[in-house]
Amino acid sequence: MFHRECGVLKTSYEADMALYPLPVARWAVGAIAVFFFLVLPLVVHEYYLSIVNLASIAVVGALGLNILVGYTGQISIGHGAFMSVGAYTAANFAVRLGAPFWIALPAGGLMAALVGGIVGIPSLRIKGLYLAIATLAGQLIIEWTINHVTFISGGIQASIEVPRPDLFGYTIATQRQMYFFLLVFVVLAIVGTMNLVRSRIGRAFIAIRDQDIAAEIIGINIFRYKLLAFAISSFYAGVTGVLYTYYLGIANYEQFQITVSIDYLAMIIIGGLGSVLGSIFGAVFVTLLPIVLRLTIDAFGGVFFSPSAVLNIISSLRLILFGALIIFFLVVEPEGLNRLWRNVRSYFRVWPFAY
Amino acid sequence: MFEWGFFGLLMSNGILIGLMYSLIAMGFVLVYKATDAINFAQGEFVMIAGFVVAAALGIYGAPLWLAVTVGLGSMIGFGFGLERVMLRRLIGRPIIAVVMATIGLAAVLRGLGPLLWGAETRPLQLPISDEPIVWGPFFIPPIQLLGALVSLLFVGAFGWFFLKSRKGIAMRAVADSQQVAMAMGINVERYFALAWAMTGVVSALGGIIWGSLLGVDVHLALVGFKVFPVVILGGLDSIPGAIVGGLIVGVVENVAAGYIDPYVGGGTKDFIPYVLMIVALMVRPYGIFGKSIIERV
Repeated sequence: MFHRECGVLKTSYEADMALYPLPVARWAVGAIAVFFFLVLPLVVHEYYLSIVNLASIAVVGALGLNILVGYTGQISIGHGAFMSVGAYTAANFAVRLGAPFWIALPAGGLMAALVGGIVGIPSLRIKGLYLAIATLAGQLIIEWTINHVTFISGGIQASIEVPRPDLFGYTIATQRQMYFFLLVFVVLAIVGTMNLVRSRIGRAFIAIRDQDIAAEIIGINIFRYKLLAFAISSFYAGVTGVLYTYYLGIANYEQFQITVSIDYLAMIIIGGLGSVLGSIFGAVFVTLLPIVLRLTIDAFGGVFFSPSAVLNIISSLRLILFGALIIFFLVVEPEGLNRLWRNVRSYFRVWPFAY
Repeated sequence: MFEWGFFGLLMSNGILIGLMYSLIAMGFVLVYKATDAINFAQGEFVMIAGFVVAAALGIYGAPLWLAVTVGLGSMIGFGFGLERVMLRRLIGRPIIAVVMATIGLAAVLRGLGPLLWGAETRPLQLPISDEPIVWGPFFIPPIQLLGALVSLLFVGAFGWFFLKSRKGIAMRAVADSQQVAMAMGINVERYFALAWAMTGVVSALGGIIWGSLLGVDVHLALVGFKVFPVVILGGLDSIPGAIVGGLIVGVVENVAAGYIDPYVGGGTKDFIPYVLMIVALMVRPYGIFGKSIIERV
């Protein structure tokens, strides 16, 4: 069969090490690329594209957080704040210095990486619960600082309007243009993460996650790699913050509060810790959840509730559903959606036989 | 010119508020001590207890004693049920699983409260006056005094419980080593459930007192964020630590707010405790009274 390893005999080392052991994998990647670069943006309505764009931004952030939590085993409840650092850095660069996005965006990422590295310093001495609480403190302190230091937040309501990103005189204004703009970063983030985790650095991260003392004994500089994990992860977070700022057209600290940190943690838990595909599944799932819920309640809620009650019900139900899903996945399927996908795939791999 | 009166006022307020923080922090410490589980939903426990009592008083018109009994009873039941349904299945799983599960629980509770009883702020009126007791330079609101007294009462009660009672000694054995406790014939899971139920009691009283101070709505849960500086300073598994940590956090945040707030335009109270906590984590991560953990491969 075309989708099974059965009968595929490898005769060279190159074939053995190939990224795509079967032709079907290459076709699948090609088909996905065609779908996302051509079919989706040309067929789908602008409104739905704006939802896709939100999901794309979430994918970048979830990948970053998964590098830290899923691969390195360090927990962070401060990613929302790192995003705000990126967002405000980029906004200040763009507004004060008139920097184009290809300067503002890496600047935001780097500043977030720096701040993330600093928040990650306690990770050398403390871990697990203590690290969770330390990063929580980081989140609250950064939030407070941005809100109260007018040099960063630009005074009134702590929000800065940013100009639309502009590439060689070609301004990105519509959702469709924004889609292609974001798609570039999504692809970069996915490929970057996949390559990172199979490099020396990625393997060091995984060693630290599995048993940090043993990793130190075999010669991995734990402090350096933990800080590196924090920095890389925060870089992703910073870029996410910048992209979100460009998407909204405004940098505002209210978009990066602690609930955002928790949303992203939920994404990687629901999607699957320590997996690239899981981050993507989780990001899409958590982004779509409130939207689908709102559409459902808008459609059917009027039958049962008064219009004023519907609004309250939507926000409450979103929280309940969201929390219940986190608990459900933790208790029932700790490896998340990625595991469900693998189950389906391995079923069809040997189909019609049982194994 | 240093005004002693102003300083004393800040101190006394800090001490009372700090003891009220300790009350909530005790719930966190109890669970951590007995079951090694971390409860990120402590603030939401307090909030939901406040909702139950405020709704019993306001919507259903129950007398106070009945409302408090219902609040206590439902929180005890909630503690038992939670342990049975959720936390028992997470025993032995990595720390992030428990952390995230309680964060998920926090989200559920924060949605459930407004869904059942409405999003508007409810008053929770206790039959004590709002007039502060004026004594020299001090203004002491009676509700804060009540909160501080309840908090001290609970420290005494838990002190007796852990040192003298049979169940308390068994719970300390469970906290020390679950396997050995099991081998000694202690039903470990029952003591886990008991710990969660005790947290329910503490949270119920915390909800009543904080609810009558701030009013009951989802923002009541924000009190839970103050739990972390308190327990980190005092030590995660120490009941006296919760009191000492609460006092430190209460006093420092009040004094700092009194002197710094005029210059930065408010909000110091939401900020200083975490700076204090970061310093504590750097210097003495296991807290003033906590036991330090030695890790082996």
